[in-house]
Amino acid sequence: MPFIPHTPDDVAEMLAVIGAQRIEDLFDEIPSALKSAVLSRVPQALSEMEVGRLMSERAAQDGRPLNFIGAGAYEHHIPAPVWAIATRGEFYSAYTPYQAEASQGTLQLIYEYQSMMCALTAMEVSNASLYDGASALAEACLTAVRANRASTSRRILVARSANPTYLKVAQAIAGNQNIRFESVDFDRQRGDALAASLRAYDGEDVTALVIQQPNFFGVLEEVDELTDWARTNKVLLIAVVNPTSLAVLKPPGLWGSLCDGKQGADIVCGEGQPLGVPLSSGGPYFGFMTTRMQYVRQMPGRIVGRTLDMQGRPGFTLTLQAREQHIRRAKANSNICTNQGLTVTAATIYMTLLGAEGLARVAEASLARCEELVTALTAIPGVRATFSGHRFHEAVLTLDRPVAAVLAALAARGILGGLDLEERFPELGHALLVCATETKTTADIAQYAQALGELLAVPLVARGAA
Amino acid sequence: MSDIPSDLKYTQSHEWVRALPNDQIEIGITDHAQAALGDLVFVEVPELGRRLTAGAACAVVESVKAASDIYSPVDGTVVANNAALASNPELVNQAPYAGGWLIRIAVDSGNAAANLLDATQYERFLADEAQ
Amino acid sequence: MQLHPSQEPVVFELSRPGRGAQSQFPPQPSKAQSLPPHLRRAEPPLLPEVSELQAVRHFTRLSQLNFSIDTHFYPLGSCTMKYNPKACNTFAMLPELLGRHPLAPDSASQGFLACMFELQEMLKDITGMRGVSLTPMAGAQGEFAGVAMIRSYHRARGDFARNEIIVPEAAHGTNPATATMCGCTVKEIPCDANGDVDIDALRAAVGPNTAGIMLTNPSTLGVFERKIEQVARIVHDAGGLLYYDGANLNAILGKVRPGDMGFDVIHMNLHKTFSTPHGGGGPGSGAVGVAERLLPFLPIPIVGRDGDRYRWLAERDLPQSIGRLSGFMGNAGVNLRAYIYMRMLGREGMTRVAEYATLNANYLLKRLLAAGFDAAYPSRRASHEFIITLKRQHRDYQVTAMDVAKRLLDYGFHAPTTYFPLLVPECLLIEPTETEAKEDLDRFCDGMIAILREMIQEPEKLTSAPFTMPVRRLDDVRAAKQLDLVWKRADTV
Repeated sequence: MPFIPHTPDDVAEMLAVIGAQRIEDLFDEIPSALKSAVLSRVPQALSEMEVGRLMSERAAQDGRPLNFIGAGAYEHHIPAPVWAIATRGEFYSAYTPYQAEASQGTLQLIYEYQSMMCALTAMEVSNASLYDGASALAEACLTAVRANRASTSRRILVARSANPTYLKVAQAIAGNQNIRFESVDFDRQRGDALAASLRAYDGEDVTALVIQQPNFFGVLEEVDELTDWARTNKVLLIAVVNPTSLAVLKPPGLWGSLCDGKQGADIVCGEGQPLGVPLSSGGPYFGFMTTRMQYVRQMPGRIVGRTLDMQGRPGFTLTLQAREQHIRRAKANSNICTNQGLTVTAATIYMTLLGAEGLARVAEASLARCEELVTALTAIPGVRATFSGHRFHEAVLTLDRPVAAVLAALAARGILGGLDLEERFPELGHALLVCATETKTTADIAQYAQALGELLAVPLVARGAA
Repeated sequence: MSDIPSDLKYTQSHEWVRALPNDQIEIGITDHAQAALGDLVFVEVPELGRRLTAGAACAVVESVKAASDIYSPVDGTVVANNAALASNPELVNQAPYAGGWLIRIAVDSGNAAANLLDATQYERFLADEAQ
Repeated sequence: MQLHPSQEPVVFELSRPGRGAQSQFPPQPSKAQSLPPHLRRAEPPLLPEVSELQAVRHFTRLSQLNFSIDTHFYPLGSCTMKYNPKACNTFAMLPELLGRHPLAPDSASQGFLACMFELQEMLKDITGMRGVSLTPMAGAQGEFAGVAMIRSYHRARGDFARNEIIVPEAAHGTNPATATMCGCTVKEIPCDANGDVDIDALRAAVGPNTAGIMLTNPSTLGVFERKIEQVARIVHDAGGLLYYDGANLNAILGKVRPGDMGFDVIHMNLHKTFSTPHGGGGPGSGAVGVAERLLPFLPIPIVGRDGDRYRWLAERDLPQSIGRLSGFMGNAGVNLRAYIYMRMLGREGMTRVAEYATLNANYLLKRLLAAGFDAAYPSRRASHEFIITLKRQHRDYQVTAMDVAKRLLDYGFHAPTTYFPLLVPECLLIEPTETEAKEDLDRFCDGMIAILREMIQEPEKLTSAPFTMPVRRLDDVRAAKQLDLVWKRADTV
């Protein structure tokens, strides 16, 4: 019996102590009508060897295509020590650190993580993580509603140049609490949020404004102007940011000008996956959230604090738990119970190994590769860069024909060419979102350019009816 | 045995009420409540001028174990709050009926607090709860 | 556990300017990249500057300060701390699975999708449900999905008055918190002296505003809800739906199906019942299952099959879905680990889980009762967990459940869950799980017996415990009042 250590002697001794004849007697409180038949759609057990074979076959089926997709999940080199250490049993199979004295490893690591996220985002306090970037945005919106006492409208403006899936998730999670999301359009030429369209909201009761940097198109937003507008209109600024980019971009804590003693975004969130977490089909990742100290009690999720033990030695513990579900229950800030412990562990080790210099090198290398990619691809007739704004490591390209068929043909050649934007942004026409990080070599880019060149060399007319 | 001054009134949600001149009242939490909560780490009181509704939550007291809402016993307006609690929430534990007061309220005219218990009734209420 | 000095410096204290794990840095690009100056970062962020060995040593040493399932018996009630098979991790981290981009086309993802589809099917079979979505990323998100689906169901029928969720007093805190997050109000009902839901209170509580009831079975009190069929009838007759909190699924795996008990929607905790790693607090996975009438509302995306091809089903296929709860499709890596575990358990293995988890719990209960401890429900069978109350010891010796928990650490056991459920004073909720051997349970009992003796003769051994951990008992009042949540340079404690 897999993982069950009991011998028949064990069972007999234990039943004797309990005073039962058979194990089945222990279920005698369950009405017999409810006791189900054998599970018919669960296959027979496989040995570890057999499962290993099965999983290898499934993995081989999917292979390792050359990946140029970004769109919220980014392929970066993950140093070998990261998961070697994160999968140590003492991290991997440890529980939530509720018994602080037996969890100092996890707790200190989270404290270090919180410190690093504050440093990266230039904010005053961080929580111990949320599920992912999208749900972190939902939680940030709920936090903004709690924190913005001056506003009662529960209206949140979201740039259309932000990740559209994030907005969907925010609507699914926060929509049940009377929050209205409204869109701020983007500039068709530059690809960034239209600061001018904010004028329409001057003087109105708006709770928060959501800006993503770099935005979903990879374009850099004019964050200072947008932040200043928010501050002037008493609108809380929610920044959705890419952590790798923060090694080289101005952090949200320093966006905009100093006004009324305040500067920067009010709540910062984003997807932590680029920091040492593999693509892994979309999860597990982690969402990060940092904010001003004045909002610390409005922030959801766990927080670790440093304190002293009864002999005056420093130690770490979960704190401010009275805000959380297990104590506040119906009045809790959120129902969140888990944090993403294991992926946060990986990210903390990753950030320690790279440091500021290493992370900046990853950012710069990714920037450079993306430029190389755009140059190579736009050299192909039928491909042009869609937007004129400055980019980070992603770009939107306009093709001369429907993107879906092109991507399918590239996939057949083992290349994942990018994300088809036609459905998400029909006004952009045949738009393709491509990404290149430090993991792509000149040869990889040449391979993509070669394949795309061949595909697009087939004239449009000859391809017949669409 | 918790301290229950005889000159105050009490609610079933463990607030005490002290009558002040000019139709004002002062409220806080009882000795029983502060003992149950443990050391307070944070107190949130409403700002001056805030309108309060009888029975609605108007403040929060937070310990390591729990965060509890404080309910206003009347309709009225906040005329004072205990600013010392921002840096010294432990005042509520040390002197719940004196230095640990929370809010002073100007009661809306014709709106005397209903369903208040006197000291004896509150003591009996605590004894019943303990069963 | 080996003792280590309590002071492992915070990693920033190890920094020296110019240090870094150089071999991890990508090559410098030949051309400097231009970013607009007003958007560029002026000062580098304060991150550690240490060598690779220093980093490895630091985090390895931190790991050694933890208790974990791999090192300690961990009888945390309601958490199901069973062995996390290494194979689940090894196979989930095969490079092709690990490196797959979530937005890779279906054509390049048939292997992965096959695993997810089969996982959905197995979970349907186990729970007696008609549909499953793997997207909720944690139990709490699964609960959210469940309540949101109930709400959507009523609104789709034009019934906008049903906004009340009934929750037993003993419920886990996420239950009422979830109801509020979904825009519902919460109505709490008591349980009776035997730990079952108070049927009269339930009858009085249901009505035209009832959206549904959230229940765990076995309940958070560690006992099977014997009147569950009656509860289901009362709630359904009043027009409400039944939500099952799957936290205790380990107790009935392969024995009873929530669908058969009358539940309309269930969330499962794959990180409990299906042994995915707890990871120091996460990630979890809160898959949801639904009966027929809630199928249209499942959170997306889910995996569908057309002939022998698998594909994602999303907005177009489920237009009434409650929507997306994650940026992609949930915690895929966690779901893969659960899939691998379930393939290794197989059909018989599932049933054995509940049988041996229940055997272990009942054995521990009997031994602790014999040793002089009081159970909350001594006349009931333990499910896969049970509650010991230290109310008497608290009265007689002034020791608390917290003191016992801390002293257990010195004996080399992680403490059981304490102070949950809130209903039972000074309680320990104990769940051994099926992967523990008899002699480990006996050692735990011996430890508890020794602590009982200490309670009477040397209570300070409990009240000042633990003594042998890297730190002594921590001042959590200070932690909450003097907030130190971020390391600052030139820090002194």
